[in-house]
Amino acid sequence: MNEQDTPHTGTDVTPAAQHGTAVRLDEGHVVGEGGLPERFTNPGLPHHVPRMADLDDGAAERAEKQVATLFGISILGTILFVVLYFVIPVEATIDLPGVGLTSASNFALGVTLALSLLGIGFGAVHWAKTLMPDHEVVEDRHPMRATDENRHKVVDILRKDGGEDSQITRRPLIKYTLGGALGLFAVPIALQVGGSLGPMPQKSLSLTWWNGGPSGPGQEPTFTPMRLMRDPENTPIRADDVTIGSALHVMPEGLLPDPVTHEGGTEHVLEEKAKAAVLLMRLDPKQILSQKELDWGYEGIVAYSKICTHVGCPVGLYEQQTHHLLCPCHQSTFDVARDCKVIFGPAARPLPQLKITVDDEGYLVSAQPFMEPVGPSFWERESP
Amino acid sequence: MSTTSTPRPADALREGDTAPQPPPSGTARRLGGIAGFVDDRTGAAKPVGYLMKKVFPDHWSFMLGEIAMYSMIICLVTGAFLTFWFVPSMGQIPYDGSYVPLRGAEMSEAYASTLDISFDIKGGLIIRQIHHWAALIFIVALTVHMFRVFFTGAFRKPREINWVIGSLLALLAIIEGFAGYSLPDDLLSGTGIRAMQGFVQTAPVIGSYLVYAIFGGPFPGELIIPRLYSAHVLLIPAILVGLFTAHIAFVFIQKHTQYPGPGRTNENVVGYPVMPVYAAKAGGFFFIVFGIIAMISAIVQINPIWAYGPYDPSAVTAGAQPDWYMGFADGALRLLPGWLEFYPFGFTLSLNIALGALVLLPLVYTVLGIYPFVERFVTQDKREHHLLDRPRNAPTRTGLGMAGITAYSVFMFAAGNDIMAIKLGLAIEDITWFFRIGLFVLPPLVFWVTRRICYSLQRRDRDTVLHGRESGTIIRTPEGRFFERHEALVPSEQWILVQHDPVTPLQLTPEVDENGVARRGSRTDRIRAAMSRFYFQDAVNPVTPAELAAAHHHGHEAEAIEAGDDRAQVESAEVRRH
Amino acid sequence: MNALAARRRHPAAIAVLILLGLVLTGALYAVVAPKPADAATSRAAAQTAEEGRQLFLANCASCHGKNAEGRETGTPGNIAGPSLAGVGAAAVDFQMGTGRMPLTQPGVQAMEQSQLKFSQEQIDAIGAYVASLAPGPEVPSEEMVDPTLGNVALGGQLYRVNCAMCHNFAASGGALTRGKYAPPIRDISSTHIYEAMQTGPQSMPVFGEGNLSSESKRDIIAYLDALGTQENPGGMSLGSLGPVTEGLFAWVFGLGILVAAAVWLGSKAA
Repeated sequence: MNEQDTPHTGTDVTPAAQHGTAVRLDEGHVVGEGGLPERFTNPGLPHHVPRMADLDDGAAERAEKQVATLFGISILGTILFVVLYFVIPVEATIDLPGVGLTSASNFALGVTLALSLLGIGFGAVHWAKTLMPDHEVVEDRHPMRATDENRHKVVDILRKDGGEDSQITRRPLIKYTLGGALGLFAVPIALQVGGSLGPMPQKSLSLTWWNGGPSGPGQEPTFTPMRLMRDPENTPIRADDVTIGSALHVMPEGLLPDPVTHEGGTEHVLEEKAKAAVLLMRLDPKQILSQKELDWGYEGIVAYSKICTHVGCPVGLYEQQTHHLLCPCHQSTFDVARDCKVIFGPAARPLPQLKITVDDEGYLVSAQPFMEPVGPSFWERESP
Repeated sequence: MSTTSTPRPADALREGDTAPQPPPSGTARRLGGIAGFVDDRTGAAKPVGYLMKKVFPDHWSFMLGEIAMYSMIICLVTGAFLTFWFVPSMGQIPYDGSYVPLRGAEMSEAYASTLDISFDIKGGLIIRQIHHWAALIFIVALTVHMFRVFFTGAFRKPREINWVIGSLLALLAIIEGFAGYSLPDDLLSGTGIRAMQGFVQTAPVIGSYLVYAIFGGPFPGELIIPRLYSAHVLLIPAILVGLFTAHIAFVFIQKHTQYPGPGRTNENVVGYPVMPVYAAKAGGFFFIVFGIIAMISAIVQINPIWAYGPYDPSAVTAGAQPDWYMGFADGALRLLPGWLEFYPFGFTLSLNIALGALVLLPLVYTVLGIYPFVERFVTQDKREHHLLDRPRNAPTRTGLGMAGITAYSVFMFAAGNDIMAIKLGLAIEDITWFFRIGLFVLPPLVFWVTRRICYSLQRRDRDTVLHGRESGTIIRTPEGRFFERHEALVPSEQWILVQHDPVTPLQLTPEVDENGVARRGSRTDRIRAAMSRFYFQDAVNPVTPAELAAAHHHGHEAEAIEAGDDRAQVESAEVRRH
Repeated sequence: MNALAARRRHPAAIAVLILLGLVLTGALYAVVAPKPADAATSRAAAQTAEEGRQLFLANCASCHGKNAEGRETGTPGNIAGPSLAGVGAAAVDFQMGTGRMPLTQPGVQAMEQSQLKFSQEQIDAIGAYVASLAPGPEVPSEEMVDPTLGNVALGGQLYRVNCAMCHNFAASGGALTRGKYAPPIRDISSTHIYEAMQTGPQSMPVFGEGNLSSESKRDIIAYLDALGTQENPGGMSLGSLGPVTEGLFAWVFGLGILVAAAVWLGSKAA
């Protein structure tokens, strides 16, 4: 049993009077064990303890001065803010201990603003704490519930005026058609917004620039081999440029603009980059364990989609010695020697490989587009 | 007129007269004039008077909601300023502002305008930093406020509606924050948008349509920043302001709850009135919150978007996390294993992503929102509760709350696994496995430990009431025995330890009545009885006066010593040892 | 008795004694401790391959083999040190110049050390020796690593595509798999940065000429230099690790200070 049962055997509960805890006069007739109430009663509000400022005028005046000082600091802060706003140029820097080299304007304006606010805040609260009355006030609560009379009144109004007088209770045709109309009126608004928010994807999620060019919704590119270009320099890559242990960031030909002048490139650069990004690595062919990977590569140079198959971050962390590819967002890890199979992390599918070869000038080109959609999964994506 | 009236000066008051009021000062007259003008047209004197006399109890933990509210107001004000300079457009332009490392770089107008605010507009950076720090502190404060309300049981009748409103506010706040920090279109927040696109895409059946609808086409498109801007500046703030006004209105109408104490009952509120004390304290606290946030923004940098660079889908930074309040969703994405992707009938169902990203967020806030109704179902308690529970007096609720916080924290800390790896010298794989297993092991463990601690604290409270507080005064009997004198508690101290209601698990009424007819709802009752047992089985109930009297009878060691009664002393020593 | 003896039972006496003992022990150790072996040959720089070979034999051959051909440990498949043929003077300058080599302790990867065992002349000598074994990357010239000659904006773009995913947007470092990490690179010398890109140490990919041209490398160096000398306009950077540290700060200091203010607000005045 629990410990609230009396633990002492043979206890005799003698009347309260013998313990000196008499029943209070206002408790009335108490039934039970010798006049003890069933539960303890609230002892009532504690005695009020006056503060120094209540008892001593000097303390009160000191408190007043303190409050005034705090308000004064606020005014000072405001004035300083105004002065420093005009005096400190926006590009000025200042070297502060613990903070380092920082914007003088940000620091100065921030600190003076803080002072002007804190002065008011601390002043007001200090004023309330020291000088304003601190006698506890008791406010009575009333049940939240409205009176029964009021409730019945509302029910009556709804029933009689709303229901009977409007005749809706007698006319089911009105009731049902009203329900239908009200239920449906929001449809035009919802349809306009929902239907016009964006185009249907059509095949766009399964196509990339490597398919032959722009791959947006409704576009049908035809494949031509495309050179692999460095991102962002936009220069083509020879097979010898790729040494064992290197990782190059690649975009297809025609997509990127000039890195310095920003001219050229396609119209929807970022949309195409988000699907066409490729990582090019070179392994010792003896280390590659997948025959398909070897075939789709060129002398150990392999190209994989850089878009993570989890939720689409670029997978760029290539560990040269372990040939693992790590995605920094959620730590999906792919093994490049085993066709980018997932070896750790939340990704479900390996990275798609891009089949590459060399053109007659010695530059690396794509031999075919990606043979599966790149990036994150979606419902209609065919199972791998 | 009376012949026995005492002589008085001519201008003294007669019986029944009231003293003349001193004439009002100039300010008072002017204010009175304006107030009269308004009242003549609105009848506002009554409600204003009512509001000014409202009493609020004084406890620091009641200020947490205020911190949240003030931070939100600060966000509204600073946010309004930011809209004067921010350009919500994804059109690409070359940068020609004063931040040297990005000069000439192509970037969206949104990013460029944020750089301008940070570097070329006087005071722009401090406003931007105040806005972002205030947003973080807003959500920190509302979370801790929610914990306070939960653990003290302030969500019970009549405050269930306010709890539901609060849960909605919490959910909207984190979505608002996500939209806000994504507006500058920098590399880090853009990566977050990319992850959002990736996981929305995995929604079964409708994913690809939904994602093209949200982005207005393929990712990233040109519409997502302007749309997030609409959501962040117009739609969500409107709902937030409406909901939090209702939230505050409820507190005024229902009056604030109060901690139990001497003089505090379920039928009153003890504290200070709005005018003048709370007007000064609460008003002053707004300035304090604003001031502290401003001071933090002056000294500590936040979200250095210039260092992240403009968003580019082929670049990413190590340590890619969302702001802290979205961490739990990001952590879930890191913990869910890849084998949860299935291929039914040739389609792809990515539960490894959908569960963590699409299901978890609404699930957390739904579980939060319905909790008051679950407790009501279990306890069948239909009374109004205005006195707060001490958390130890609701052990199962406290344990469940701690378990929930633990599960949430596992997800949240998992989002920082790579930061933890480099700072603590650990491997990300080990950290991830620790959290994967911890998600299932830690919450039940924490629940059990918390509940046991609550029971222990309750028993300690009982002990303190029954046997008094140890006074440190050692008494030695002539026989050489040592006893410590215990001090009885003062009634106001004792009251706090004994005021809570005793509880017992609900009993089951028989399933069939005397005629053998099965009672309706008996299955619900069985469930309820089982849950009630889970909640209240080992309940430790407060000391009653009878128990205290019994303890005193056995424990009058002062009298026993005075009387030189050895046996009583020995007995009382044995009572101590129980 | 004198004042000191009178205080011998003071509660602080034991603390003072322990402190004194520690200080004395430390001082004694500093005086008596053996200095790290200084295998230096005494004169000034003689950067001949022969110099280097002597140093190499004394300090590196135990792991890398007498002719830098690499050495295996007894366990099959385990090497004590790889072959250095073809790594070039650049690799030597980087590995020894940052203190990673000679390897001071086994671990997931060689760690940077601030206390170098060798002077620059000695490193150059060893580099000359290794370079003589087989052609490999050379130490870059001053001009090749001069940040003022690089295009900072382009360097930033290159950095964000090639480097930020491992080393973090502000060069504060990041995690790799199985406990490995990409170190912070904000305060590294430009020469070492160039050499690291050129030679691809440990897990880092090789960013040779075919990957990043010399000019591109210089652009990246210019960008890193700008990052290193750049102020943090908003204040303390909290390590430039992103939202995780900002959230931690908001919880600990933001909430802490505000709760302290609330406690003060609710407490009774004196």
